[in-house]
Amino acid sequence: MFDIDLWSEIVSALKKNRMRSFMTAFGVFWGIFMLIIMSGAGKALENGILDGVRAFATNSAFFWTERTSVPYAGFQRGRRWNYENTDIQYLRENVKEIEYLSPRLFGWQQGGNNTIRGERNGAFNVYGDYPDYFKIDRWTPIKGRLINEIDILQERKVCNIGERVVELMFAKDENPIGQYLKVSGVYFQVVGVIHPETRINIGGGKKEETIIIPFSTMQTAYNYGNVVHFFSVTSQQGHKVSDLEEKLKKILKERHKIAPEDLQAIGSFNIEKEFVKFSALFLGIQVLTWIVGIGTLLAGVIGVSNIMLVIIKERTQEIGIQRAIGATPAVIVKHIVAESVFLTVMAGYVGLSLGVGVLEILNRILQAGGDSLFFRNPEVNLSMALSALGVLVISGIIAGLIPARRAISIKPIDAIRDEN
Amino acid sequence: MIRLNNIHKSYEMGNNSLHVLKGIDLHIEQGDFVSIMGSSGSGKSTLLNILGMLDNYDKGTYHLAGNLISNMSEKKAAQLRNDMVGFIFQSFNLISFKNAMENVALPLYYKGVPRKKRNLIAMEYLEKLGLKEWANHMPNEMSGGQKQRVAIARALISKPKIILADEPTGALDSATSYEVMDIMKDVNESGISVIIVTHEHDIAAMTNQIIRLKDGLIHEIIRNGELKQFKKEFIHGLEAAKIPSYV
Repeated sequence: MFDIDLWSEIVSALKKNRMRSFMTAFGVFWGIFMLIIMSGAGKALENGILDGVRAFATNSAFFWTERTSVPYAGFQRGRRWNYENTDIQYLRENVKEIEYLSPRLFGWQQGGNNTIRGERNGAFNVYGDYPDYFKIDRWTPIKGRLINEIDILQERKVCNIGERVVELMFAKDENPIGQYLKVSGVYFQVVGVIHPETRINIGGGKKEETIIIPFSTMQTAYNYGNVVHFFSVTSQQGHKVSDLEEKLKKILKERHKIAPEDLQAIGSFNIEKEFVKFSALFLGIQVLTWIVGIGTLLAGVIGVSNIMLVIIKERTQEIGIQRAIGATPAVIVKHIVAESVFLTVMAGYVGLSLGVGVLEILNRILQAGGDSLFFRNPEVNLSMALSALGVLVISGIIAGLIPARRAISIKPIDAIRDEN
Repeated sequence: MIRLNNIHKSYEMGNNSLHVLKGIDLHIEQGDFVSIMGSSGSGKSTLLNILGMLDNYDKGTYHLAGNLISNMSEKKAAQLRNDMVGFIFQSFNLISFKNAMENVALPLYYKGVPRKKRNLIAMEYLEKLGLKEWANHMPNEMSGGQKQRVAIARALISKPKIILADEPTGALDSATSYEVMDIMKDVNESGISVIIVTHEHDIAAMTNQIIRLKDGLIHEIIRNGELKQFKKEFIHGLEAAKIPSYV
């Protein structure tokens, strides 16, 4: 039931010393404000980074070759070697845990500018890929289409190009689709302009400066024989990609006469492991936020408790009278705790609202800055806000209980006599 | 009504113990109008606090309306105070941020009486004490006499059996003092025991029984015939105040 007397007492007590009430409330306000801002900023960092990788298959692993480090089967250490087309075929047929497998060739930027169109030229990253690659590292066609299986089968001289390539190689009003680019001496027809969905980058350089051509075309056109530089795999659902990574390494070592104990010869990397690292990092940030936030809040709450002690000291006589005319200790405690909770929650509510408001403004500013930022969507979720509110109520109760216990330990008679 | 048997009370003051009450035997009947007198330090206020269950005693027994009052929980003491005793203080002790009516209604608030009902009752009592027009005034807008009348109304609202007044006229001029004492007399005539602590003889002279304390013991109890003598002695104070209607 709403108790008018209780509230009029609280309001009049807080009004009596506006400045002090305000300063006390400010401590709590600041604590919750910082908690919200820090939590929101942590979340923004998490969003910014995870947005950049979200579209990336988290069950993916990548393999390349390095020089061997152990002599084995008649070969000396330091041997250079390559994956071959037969490896790809073998793995696809014999390893059931593989979902997608996409081999890749790197066309290095020999002598700087490798791409020519009329009077324009530029240096771009050229890759030979299978269509499956787009399922591991997602790209979306802005114009035209992605490279497909028929391009591979027929070794078509077609390419997908990034937005930066379009900017540099074409005039503003030109449609690149159907046009030709001369890449390292061979002409390719542009069939699609593609946009990267992730910022995970294999092979270095900017993703927007990429030219992707069919893997088979690249092998034939540039005389790579049956060499494969690099391949990506994803694991079937229910299989850990880390296990798959180890299994594939073992198979490949056997097939290429590499010592089983050679740790250097096969370079590999799996996203799953990186994701675990990231998750731990963000958990760490959240935990730190709470520790610092709760610490700040605690300082505010101690301030409230302190000021409640002062208020009680001031009102000793009043409390004495109330008890003399029949107020039980429970009633006194209820009033003091209610006052403390009221002060804490009001201050906390303002801090909460203002914190969310500031985050919202920050969000607007960041959105205007585009999606290349590693910091986006600062937000506080409902459960976070609710638990902050819960912390406030509990800390308000604690802040009130200590002074309240002191208030009822004073004998009514001493309280009334206080002024004498 | 009130039965004190060999009550002792001492206060710890650092290393010293101050023995204030050294064995008080006292008997007050329902409807008595008693004043307790004594020089300062004689223990009169301490006695009043024990009577009002605001303080504990060390030794002896105290029966109030048949109940033994000893080592009660604060909660029980508070309830008993609320039911049995009305307090009036020297410095009025009204709650400063509540108006007259709310102050009067406060004991009923602690009893859990709904707001509308208790304010209605508070108005009745204010009317009885001639303060109806002042119901919505804050304590700092009222004179000392008015404040004390509000305090009396507050003491009466819970229909107590006893009124305990600690120097009720101590902060008032004599004209207002007699006014207040007149009200106390009316209260007493309605059947409520009234116990007043005072050191003013003229105030004490208006009661029916005077208990004199000296060094923590009852020095003498003046009543009946002796009281008349006492009254004669101190009645000139009343005449000096020139308010014969109050005699």
